[in-house]
Amino acid sequence: MAVRSERLPVVDTAALLDLYERMVLVRLFETEAERQYKAARIGGYCHLCSGQEAATIGSVHALQDDDLLVTGYRCHGFALARGVPPAAVMSELFGRADGCAHGRGGSMHLLDVQRGFYGGWGIVAGQLPIATGLALALVRQERRQAVLCELGDGAVNMGAWHESLNLAALWSLPVVFMVVNNGYGMGTAVDRASAVPELHRRADAYGMPGERVDGDDLEAVIESTGRLLAAAREERRPAVLELLTYRYRGHSVADAGIAYRSKDEIAARMEHDPLVRTRERLREAGIEEATFDEIDARTEETLAAAVAAAQESPEPDVAELAAGMYAAGSGEQFARMLPGSPFGERDLVFAGGLGT
Amino acid sequence: MSTETLVPDPVPAAPASEVMTYREALRLALREEMERDERVFLMGEEVGVFEGSYKVSAGLLAQFGPERVRDTPISEEGFVGAGVGAAMLGERPVVEIMTINFLLVAIDQVVNHAAKVGAMFGGEVRCPLVIRTPNGAGNQLTAQHSQSLEGWFAHVPGLKVVAPATPADAKGLLKSAIRDDDPVVVVENLPIYKEKGEVPLDPDHVVPIGQAAVARPGRDVTLVAHSFATVRALRVAERLAAERGIEAEVVDLRSLRPLDVETVAASVSRTNRVVCVEEGWPTYGVSAELAARIQRACFDDLDAPVERVGMAEVPLPYAKNLELAAMPNEERIAATVLSTLELA
Repeated sequence: MAVRSERLPVVDTAALLDLYERMVLVRLFETEAERQYKAARIGGYCHLCSGQEAATIGSVHALQDDDLLVTGYRCHGFALARGVPPAAVMSELFGRADGCAHGRGGSMHLLDVQRGFYGGWGIVAGQLPIATGLALALVRQERRQAVLCELGDGAVNMGAWHESLNLAALWSLPVVFMVVNNGYGMGTAVDRASAVPELHRRADAYGMPGERVDGDDLEAVIESTGRLLAAAREERRPAVLELLTYRYRGHSVADAGIAYRSKDEIAARMEHDPLVRTRERLREAGIEEATFDEIDARTEETLAAAVAAAQESPEPDVAELAAGMYAAGSGEQFARMLPGSPFGERDLVFAGGLGT
Repeated sequence: MSTETLVPDPVPAAPASEVMTYREALRLALREEMERDERVFLMGEEVGVFEGSYKVSAGLLAQFGPERVRDTPISEEGFVGAGVGAAMLGERPVVEIMTINFLLVAIDQVVNHAAKVGAMFGGEVRCPLVIRTPNGAGNQLTAQHSQSLEGWFAHVPGLKVVAPATPADAKGLLKSAIRDDDPVVVVENLPIYKEKGEVPLDPDHVVPIGQAAVARPGRDVTLVAHSFATVRALRVAERLAAERGIEAEVVDLRSLRPLDVETVAASVSRTNRVVCVEEGWPTYGVSAELAARIQRACFDDLDAPVERVGMAEVPLPYAKNLELAAMPNEERIAATVLSTLELA
């Protein structure tokens, strides 16, 4: 991985400091999430992104306010980066009513439509066709916006990847497919899964630009993502962006992450930690040590408040089990399903959420 | 000079309905909805230049242009998913899949994505997507191209599934599906595409989702069916009336999810005997669901067990005699009806 060469800063020091604080938020949020998972306050799957903060924060920073974001299931960091309040994310992980998906989605299915975040999705590569369709809708609505579609390195061997890239190129759609290549699809190293492990080269097959960038270099991520998003937004040119990074934790919290890689490898990668590297840049720019300590302390307070809010948030009402499943007005359509129903459509659907 | 006021010839009243084929009725629904709502667009393999594999979209490219009648590559997963994404952003995509057999290539997008949008994201976003696709067998298309898999989709909470058996219902249900705020699978039917029927011309006329129809009233036994099985059931009913004086009532489900158990149960409560007919395999099928619902709703009214007729439980063979034997043909339906009436 190339070491940063001398070049003009992509963002000024104040902005870099702000981005650093967001990276700290993501790092410490994930640490807290793992703690809460082990305390059994979070259930299900829980995929942490520790180590990937520069890729996460840098790419989202490159989005304009009205651009759209779609991700896979490793989405805590992306939600936070997009500005979803930590309390709303933690509440969702806790399965509470005040979660950003009202306790229906959990760790993998965070979203915030108001912030243009159209979901964390749980099936590998499933979000790619959807991102393609969001981009198609932007074109149809003549909106000068772009879609950033995050995926992992494991998703590039799915059919949906090929179909989506082909459609995006064929129809000139404003979408950037951003491969967060953290070296392993679950427990399988990229070169054990991909015949062409230089994943960005696959863009060639669809006549679109493909770039590989050091995903732990915050400014490099911002620069490349921003440039490709601009081309998508302004010229309807789709692209593939491969960010090389590393996840410190296992695939999910259930995976210790050491069956398929060595502790030495993890330790070696931690020496290139994106937070450390960004802190170095800030030190060079004259930021003092105390500032970093303040950021840590402030973030810990934010997270303590988020956990408290999640604990206080009520569980979703069981009477609203089916809330959201069907649109308002569907009650009439289901009314005749009732007689003799052993499945309680009346209770599940009617008292619940059909259209309230 | 006469001061008489000139009275214009009276304008002839527009006809309320017209006889047309099932495919023409679908085309009229698409045209009316695309004229009514700019957000509606059609997408699928060869829907534009080729005018659709079954010519449902004939003339639409000329009228609406390639942005709204969009030819796709052979990429069902890709463009069904693109429909999901476009729908989430407020568009009204109508995606055509050449036959329901090929919808399996996109089933992840239908079941794991479209069906989940509403509930999984807590009602924060909706997915008003329409998937149009025909089922059907009987032309020696063999095992991979002859299936009726609508029950798979009707199984899934979050989806709605309709399966019209007449031109009028094809128009009315497709229009309802396009106007609906949830993902709807509209199951068309290969043998019915060419069938003709009276179709209301009022652009505001729709057939509500979730309501079955009594396609033929009768007192002796109820036949419950959908899609092409309804056509078969009606033929059997006419034959039994003519040959045996048996008056069978035919309930056409029209919607599979929501399922109109009310209309089915009301019929069975009158006739006390019921045969469920489908073109799919009965095991875990639409008729299995019906049997469960009917025994619960009509337990005290039944004079005979709920009977079922469906596709033989084999991948459909090619040879004509084998194919005919496997299908829920009219002889098998009639024999089952007589058996449930204890007349066999």
